[in-house]
Amino acid sequence: METRTQHTESKKATAGKKEVIRIRDLRKSFGENQVLRGFNLTLYENENLVVMGKSGSGKSVMIKCLVGLMEPDEGVVEVLGQDISTLEQQELDHLRSDIGFLFQGSALYDSMTVRENLEFPMRRHKEKLGRITDTLPLVMEALENVGLAHAIDLMPAELSGGMKRRIALARALILKPKLILYDEPTSGLDPITSKEIIGLMRNIQRKYGTASLIITHDVDCARVISERILLLVEGTNYAEGTYGELSSSTDPKVEAFFKK
Amino acid sequence: MNQNRSIGELIRDFLSETGQLAYFAGRFFREVVRPPYEFREFLRQCYQMGNRSLVLVLVTGFIIGLVLTLQSRPTLIEFGAESWMPNMVGISIVREIGPVIIALICAGRIASGIGAELGSMRVTEQIDAMEVSGTNPFNYLVVTRVLATTLMIPLLVIFGDMIALYGSALVEYFKGGMSFQLYFNKVSDALAYADFIPATIKSFFFGFMIGLVGCYKGYYCQKGTAGVGKAANTAVVNASLLVFFVDFMAVFISDIFY
Repeated sequence: METRTQHTESKKATAGKKEVIRIRDLRKSFGENQVLRGFNLTLYENENLVVMGKSGSGKSVMIKCLVGLMEPDEGVVEVLGQDISTLEQQELDHLRSDIGFLFQGSALYDSMTVRENLEFPMRRHKEKLGRITDTLPLVMEALENVGLAHAIDLMPAELSGGMKRRIALARALILKPKLILYDEPTSGLDPITSKEIIGLMRNIQRKYGTASLIITHDVDCARVISERILLLVEGTNYAEGTYGELSSSTDPKVEAFFKK
Repeated sequence: MNQNRSIGELIRDFLSETGQLAYFAGRFFREVVRPPYEFREFLRQCYQMGNRSLVLVLVTGFIIGLVLTLQSRPTLIEFGAESWMPNMVGISIVREIGPVIIALICAGRIASGIGAELGSMRVTEQIDAMEVSGTNPFNYLVVTRVLATTLMIPLLVIFGDMIALYGSALVEYFKGGMSFQLYFNKVSDALAYADFIPATIKSFFFGFMIGLVGCYKGYYCQKGTAGVGKAANTAVVNASLLVFFVDFMAVFISDIFY
């Protein structure tokens, strides 16, 4: 199913750019419940694309299909030019080293210190980092990026919700990914911490030039960070455009997302 | 949960669960030989399971030896067979009571711990985070834990047996005036390799089952805190049942060979 509304400004901004993610006709059901019904998405290099949708609209299912945590029923999912469904486990693991993933609940390993949390993804991908012997400089760089170098020896239980989210962001960055996926990056955080996280996301995108796919229903987050927004309604694309284009839309379903 | 399920549905669920557990075990055997080997995590798990269960096992073993001797004494005295106490207690503890009771204690302590730990990791997406980072969570979480229980349960059983015999010797020393040296000489005379070897072999299987069921229940935990509780609870129940099943099979097989 094609997007009902695609605004011209967002089309111009993406013209001629290299594709980082390409999803075509993605379908996923759980029993009788059809969650994704022919969803399409393209993310271009250096782009921040926000996917918005109500709870249960299939956003999290879509992002899990992207990294191979879920298998779609139908459709094509290509990440960095590789079709996820055709990859062997080893190839998929290698591809995953180019993808950073910030989980909604941070998902820090609670039996490990902050340092061990950040070192964990490096265990399998040392060749990517040039067969380094000392991981500390990389850990410190990632922690300094999120302003939490002093928390290196703390356990996750000793961190606040905002600190956990920032450490999770540092962990997502540790392998210098080409693409970062954010699953509700500001959910459960107070407005001030949310702003800090959004600021960090912007800084990271500027510093490393990564492409970002952000799943959120935080309109402020979408306004500040998005170059393009895609609205997901009932498992399929409903509208697409810049924040300006969509926030001025008169379509009642689009308006419902943006009115305060 | 629907309480009115038919017998057919219960059998279907049981077979489905057994099939899934067998598949999980198959995956374990595939992954255990596949690098990378998580040696550090394996040692950490051995320490966690062995060290933290040791006191409980020793206290339980000591009490078992004490109680078994105290309760058997009047009957043996009645038949004039008091001097056979070390033989009877030694054989029953080494062959059966020690391995089974200690395995059941470990099923309660270790299987529930693994089920709850992996369950909460599943619910809080920590296992997904490991997978997304390109690390094999099965290798890191499941293989290390199952190997650790397989190795540590037999060791705990040996420690438990020793302390149970010590508890029994203590009763004989105070109640019957038998010296510790005489008691343990009688125990070693009574025990043969045919008592010790099958008991040790079945302890490895107990350990394997306890680790496997704990990991299986935690790894496939359903969402929510209720799911974590259920994973821990069913891990204990299923591991305990499997301990009895393995014990039955071990006794059946050893009966054929010895």
